[in-house]
Amino acid sequence: MHSILILFAHPRFEKSRVNRALLAGVERLPGVTLRDLYEHYPDFNVDVEREKELLSSHQVIVWHHPLYMYSCPALLKQWLDLVLEYGWAHGRGVYSLQDRIVFNALTSGGTRETYSRAGHNRFTVREFLAPFAQTARLCRMRYLPPFVVQGTHLLGEEQLAVHAALYRTLLELLGRGEVDAETIGRFEFLNDWLNQVFGEP
Amino acid sequence: MSHSFLQDALIYLAAAIVFVPVAKRLGMGSVLGYLLAGIMIGPFFLGLVGQKQEVIHFAEFGVVMMLFLIGLELEPAHFWGMRRLILGSGAVQLGATTLLFLALFAAVGLHWQAALALGLALSMSSTAIALQTLREKGLVQTQAGRCSFAVLLFQDISVIPILAVLPLLATAAVQTGTGGQATFLERLPGWAQTIAVLAAVGAVGLSGRFVIVPFLRFIGRINLRELFTASALFIVMAAAFLMELVGLSPALGTFLAGVVLANTEYRHELESDIEPFKGILLGLFFISVGASINFSLILERPLTTAALVCGVIAIKFVVLLLTGRLTRLTFDQNLLFSLGLAQVGEFAFVLFSFIRQLNLVSAEWTDTLMGVTAISMTATPLLLLLNERFIVPRFGVREEEAKQADAIDLHTPVILAGFGPFGSTIGRFLRANGVEATILDNDSDRVALLRKMGFKVFYGDATRIDILQAAGADRARILIAAIGSPAINQDLIEKVQRLFPNLRILARAENRIDAYELMDMGISDIYRETLDTSIRMGVDCLVTLGFRRYSATRAGQNFLKYDEAALQKLAALRHDKSAYIFTVREQYQLQEQLLATDREVNPTLGDHAWDSEMYVKTPAEDPPAR
Repeated sequence: MHSILILFAHPRFEKSRVNRALLAGVERLPGVTLRDLYEHYPDFNVDVEREKELLSSHQVIVWHHPLYMYSCPALLKQWLDLVLEYGWAHGRGVYSLQDRIVFNALTSGGTRETYSRAGHNRFTVREFLAPFAQTARLCRMRYLPPFVVQGTHLLGEEQLAVHAALYRTLLELLGRGEVDAETIGRFEFLNDWLNQVFGEP
Repeated sequence: MSHSFLQDALIYLAAAIVFVPVAKRLGMGSVLGYLLAGIMIGPFFLGLVGQKQEVIHFAEFGVVMMLFLIGLELEPAHFWGMRRLILGSGAVQLGATTLLFLALFAAVGLHWQAALALGLALSMSSTAIALQTLREKGLVQTQAGRCSFAVLLFQDISVIPILAVLPLLATAAVQTGTGGQATFLERLPGWAQTIAVLAAVGAVGLSGRFVIVPFLRFIGRINLRELFTASALFIVMAAAFLMELVGLSPALGTFLAGVVLANTEYRHELESDIEPFKGILLGLFFISVGASINFSLILERPLTTAALVCGVIAIKFVVLLLTGRLTRLTFDQNLLFSLGLAQVGEFAFVLFSFIRQLNLVSAEWTDTLMGVTAISMTATPLLLLLNERFIVPRFGVREEEAKQADAIDLHTPVILAGFGPFGSTIGRFLRANGVEATILDNDSDRVALLRKMGFKVFYGDATRIDILQAAGADRARILIAAIGSPAINQDLIEKVQRLFPNLRILARAENRIDAYELMDMGISDIYRETLDTSIRMGVDCLVTLGFRRYSATRAGQNFLKYDEAALQKLAALRHDKSAYIFTVREQYQLQEQLLATDREVNPTLGDHAWDSEMYVKTPAEDPPAR
């Protein structure tokens, strides 16, 4: 049984239809802690000790955020800078988060097609997430492919419900520890792996 | 009698008014100015006043008050921190100087008692001249400054036992200092005398803590300034009287009282209340000393006098140099220290006149040595100038001033006026960040309470210039004006702007109207006491209603910014009215003006950050995330 910490960062959650759907009820899943960073730290004064405690007591960490200007919102960056301290998360031979599973769960307005060499955004989502992947590697964590919901403006209610259900499934699988990092590491997105296992909706 | 009293008073005051500014302008300090004034009106020059013993007696009370103030300065913690320096260097200087003079005078044929008395008097240096000079040159915090302070303090304290010992040196044939009138003490048997003396000293010590402080607290509550001044004078005189009653020096009594009160919250207040009296009486004392200098004696034997002056300064200088070496002063610091203290000080005048009263030596001796003392004091600024211009540049080493860890920093960069609920929060915050502010507050109950909680709060009216001076307003960097009453706060700010332009002022404002007035005074750092708190409360209200905390916080921040801007805008409009008289009606007008503006430029509605709806309405090639 793995416990999951969702570090959610959205400066305007009240206007985000997609994220509301994704997160609806996830707190009630066994072992899941939803941490709404903008609600806790409206002044950006991150409580490092508290955050470290939370990290220590969870096996799976999710950086859940919208993609803003090809990166995460400012508070999540603040969180990364402050909490993943040298001498605690990495450095001086100390790796407090070693072997913990971590991945990004993100939403983007642009479709998957625009995030490609030929597309409008020129780079892939995985390329834009390079800093996260490397941060996880620095801390000797196991970085999984991201869970991605794209083209958010075009999503109908039905499609949205499918994405939300997939996210729940993912969290449940991770919670049961039934995930082989080796296998799913080969997929570009976690969505691809889930779709292969459970069949394209 | 009344006529001659008025005439004498006029002559003394006029002399002071004329000569003290002249001496100040010439860089000689006020002590020399008073002496000069005395010399001029004395019998050897203008002859406006005769040798008036009663004036000297009256003025000697100035010395008594000075000792009270020295006692007040002796904050035990401060003294304790410097105890080794004070006791070590002080004892070496006083002991060696006295012994050298004792040997010298004994060699020229004086009786040893007389030689010892003169030696003790000559070992005194001038606190007034030395500290004043160091302060003017900004050298108080240097090692030389600290060492000078320590030695002078030791001397000042020693005056008391010396005054007590001198009568013992006088031969039995000589009458006692109080002029033959048997004191209460002398009618008691020996053992009772000892008990009476101890009881008197104990009474002063105990009453300080258990009588005077509650008494002052009571007086403070009445809030009449002149009553406090009267109480301060009463305390000084009562201590002096009590000591005289048991046959001890009145100076000892007041000094003790001063020490006892040094660690109470009333220290600054008492200091500034007694200071003017001390200043005037001490001035009077120096004038009468000047008037009593026997110049005919000096002029009769100019060579002897010159030799004496040089000899005395040389001996003192050499001993001081040695003391400086022992306390490991560097070369130029030691020169500054030794030359700065090489003169004979004002206490020597007290001791000489006492010695004369006791008939320990002939009047010729004391007259000559008083002249020597005055001349040596006059010579000090000159010697220091020579040192600065010629000696140090040639032989001195430009040294780096490393501040020792145990050096006590006497002045803090922040003065916090008003330690009510508003000011105390600032004080606590600063303290939590390692900044100890000098705190001024005039509510005696609160001061007592806060002191009990371990804060360093001084009791005093912050708008009084002398108190600001005592708190170090001329050396601090920031004044936080946090007094509850806007009128007093503005009074304080106006004075500080005028007299201490070095201070950056951070001002508390009660409301908008108050803020406008502060803006008119040219203050730019204005903090309205209700603004931030009200907004914070509003933010929490929004959150409770279901707003996202971050959005509500941003709305609050924006509103604060907007409100400050509106303040600036409306401040200008305010002057359109020909005469601004603030009424309740006008406050409503102001409110109306504000509410109207709020509607025009809603500070929160304009916040479209991360609002993807905007993009959807104008479909871009790539709408951002939602």
